[in-house]
Amino acid sequence: MLEAADLRCERGGYRIFEKVSFLLSEGKLLRVVGANGSGKTSLLRILCGLALPAAGEVRWKGTPIRSLREEYSRELLYLGHAPAVKDELTAAENLRISCALAGVPISADNVSGALDRFGIPPGKLVKQLSQGQRRRAALARLELSASVPLWLLDEPFTALDAVAADLTKGLIRNHVGGGGAVMYTTHQDAGLPDSRVIEL
Amino acid sequence: MLAAARTIVARDLRVAMRRRSDVAIALLFFVIVTSLFPLGVGAEPNQLRAIAPGVIWVAALLSSMLSLGRLFAADHADGTLEQMLLGAAPLGVTVAAKAFAHWLVSGLPLVAIAPLLALQYGLPAPLHGVLALSLLLGTPVLSLIGAIGAALTLGLRGGGVLLALLVLPLYVPVLIMGAGSVEMAAAGLGAGGQLLLLGAMLVVAAAFAPWAIAAALRISSE
Repeated sequence: MLEAADLRCERGGYRIFEKVSFLLSEGKLLRVVGANGSGKTSLLRILCGLALPAAGEVRWKGTPIRSLREEYSRELLYLGHAPAVKDELTAAENLRISCALAGVPISADNVSGALDRFGIPPGKLVKQLSQGQRRRAALARLELSASVPLWLLDEPFTALDAVAADLTKGLIRNHVGGGGAVMYTTHQDAGLPDSRVIEL
Repeated sequence: MLAAARTIVARDLRVAMRRRSDVAIALLFFVIVTSLFPLGVGAEPNQLRAIAPGVIWVAALLSSMLSLGRLFAADHADGTLEQMLLGAAPLGVTVAAKAFAHWLVSGLPLVAIAPLLALQYGLPAPLHGVLALSLLLGTPVLSLIGAIGAALTLGLRGGGVLLALLVLPLYVPVLIMGAGSVEMAAAGLGAGGQLLLLGAMLVVAAAFAPWAIAAALRISSE
């Protein structure tokens, strides 16, 4: 499905990584490891099309993602460093809006169910939540995104307690089991059945 | 696509509702700036009447710019902007919806309150309508052009000042036509020409600015 060919990333003229190539197919789980500053986040941003590689190409089902744009965006879920929830909105509003923008069909029951599983009160404003709870509110999207084939998760387990981390791992496992593809970055081994590990 | 646009507008309005102080600040700024001029210039009625359109329009430009800095910066900081860039709808549609929401929050109140402020300048009642109409056509152009600047200066140090330097010169045609329409009407020449030109600017800006905003956002969020 997702193919990276000879990616090279530079920042301010300095090389971060080069010659990164891999193929991520259905039902595979890929872990990216590396020290701080080794370009894990940059790699994920390049893969989802937010940043451009200095050289190389990312292809989705054989077509370069640059020419696909929204067609590719619709097939992908990217969760970055920032939790991507708005302080002024409630957890439920945030979840509903992010699913609507991503084009994932949902119902009100789905939303409260997903938040419930992650232990987030749906009606609470996000600014009243702690860092970990914000993270949970963002990850609740995974629960509703089973129909999205590709998940790119940047440090999904930071700021999570053991319960939430297990929940997230369960969702990742299910997704891979259901034929989806997941790529995630992490510092420590999360104990997931990775198909491949990329070291930067 | 329309659903995505509706979602964005509803979202931004809801956020604005819960941060009412931001909206109030821009509006109060408009009121205070326009109220300072009569105090500084003196209470000579003819002079006040002559400067009224220009002063009200300049204050509208500054007030609309005041809230531009936050247009994308807040979304950039909490990561929701990335999600918009990766949305299912074309980015042009999403940013057009954001500019529209910005206008609803920062432009439309100016249109509503301008006739009231015109009273301070002793502007005759028939001109109030022209002033409001010119602002109604002109302020959306300000939001659209301003959004291009806000997208370009996103994440830059000192972006606020740069934004002003970048955007204010681009506001000049709108200012000339907007203030000019009221002056023409005051001179009894009819404001039709200027208002039609403002309308044309709005059509052009609505058609092309969203794509420029989208391109600028892609560059600055890289």
